[in-house]
Amino acid sequence: MGLRDIGLILFFAAIIALLGLVPPLHHPMLGGVPVTAQGMGVTLAGILIGSRKGAVAAIVFLVAVAFGFPLLAGGRGGLSVFTGPTAGFLFAFPLAAFITGVLFQSLSWRMGGFLAAFLAAFVGGYVVLNLIGIPVMAWLTDKTVRQAVEIAAGLLPGGLIKALGTAIIVYLVAGLEPVGRR
Amino acid sequence: MISGYLSQETWLHRVPAGSKLIGLGVTTMLVFPVQDWRILVAGLVAVLALYASAGWPAVRRMGFLKAFLPMLAIVFGLHVFTGDWVAGANTILRLVMMILLADLVSMTTTMQQMMNALMPVLRLLRPIGINPEKVALAVSLVIRFVPVLGANWQARSEAWRARTGRKPSWRLIGPFLVETLRMADQVAEALDARGFARSTQKG
Repeated sequence: MGLRDIGLILFFAAIIALLGLVPPLHHPMLGGVPVTAQGMGVTLAGILIGSRKGAVAAIVFLVAVAFGFPLLAGGRGGLSVFTGPTAGFLFAFPLAAFITGVLFQSLSWRMGGFLAAFLAAFVGGYVVLNLIGIPVMAWLTDKTVRQAVEIAAGLLPGGLIKALGTAIIVYLVAGLEPVGRR
Repeated sequence: MISGYLSQETWLHRVPAGSKLIGLGVTTMLVFPVQDWRILVAGLVAVLALYASAGWPAVRRMGFLKAFLPMLAIVFGLHVFTGDWVAGANTILRLVMMILLADLVSMTTTMQQMMNALMPVLRLLRPIGINPEKVALAVSLVIRFVPVLGANWQARSEAWRARTGRKPSWRLIGPFLVETLRMADQVAEALDARGFARSTQKG
């Protein structure tokens, strides 16, 4: 990786952190999983700077959180968040960025950038994050499979809106700069 | 994290960076599960006392909280909406307290001190092939970039308001991200100029 890649990684880690300032949404139906904009930062990183760099940006962000900087949505930080009920979602961040990036790269050849970004962000930001995050949470907080499925269903509207948001942002950026393989 | 370094020397500047970071981490861990508003109020008062003890320049810096007011209002409003205003008040108290405390640490610690303090922890990672110097540099740069990006967004929304007289639009996101990509290039040049290139050339 060259220095330019490192600059991109650091700035996108900062963007993921910046999105933590958007207040998280709590809803009783979601079993304590906050709806945050941070997942959007992860999918954006995967698309805008590429799958590998996006994943590294997510890791750098998590390391900064682990050092105790309150960068997670709602001002959380420190090592405690990696043992809490939503730890699975955090550990899934790098994989989500990676899969979003890979999907966007392969899909954007076949369809428009907007649709590709929407699908990639939905799979990475909703499917991957919840596929890892919800089982971990269900295991840590003794929830049944049924409850886990209900939580996943409850998060679906937010997931769709966030994927749409990512697609719109990618569309906006793509009009000004080449997107993806930077 | 939120505002820059405070140049006037206070007694907190002389506290070792490691103790400040550990203090911040431990407080975060302790405060997060607290659901009793009395403990949270006591914590907030303690943080305010720390500010007062650091002197007037530190207290004046608390004005940056204004930027968080809308967000805090929304968080509180959502809790009231779901009928749980006690939890809302707790969340606000916890947030304000942690934001103030974290800012006090970043206000009184230089980046160099921060990195030196993190070194011992990172050295533990060397056996698995992670260079502690690079990790420390990366983390401290990320922490520095957050307010830089925030200021950039602020400047853009002010310019938008001056031009249109309306609220900042989501249309600003495009140019904002493009500028971020450009800034990444400038940071790469700056790192190169400081001799970081040789060790990162491969791959």
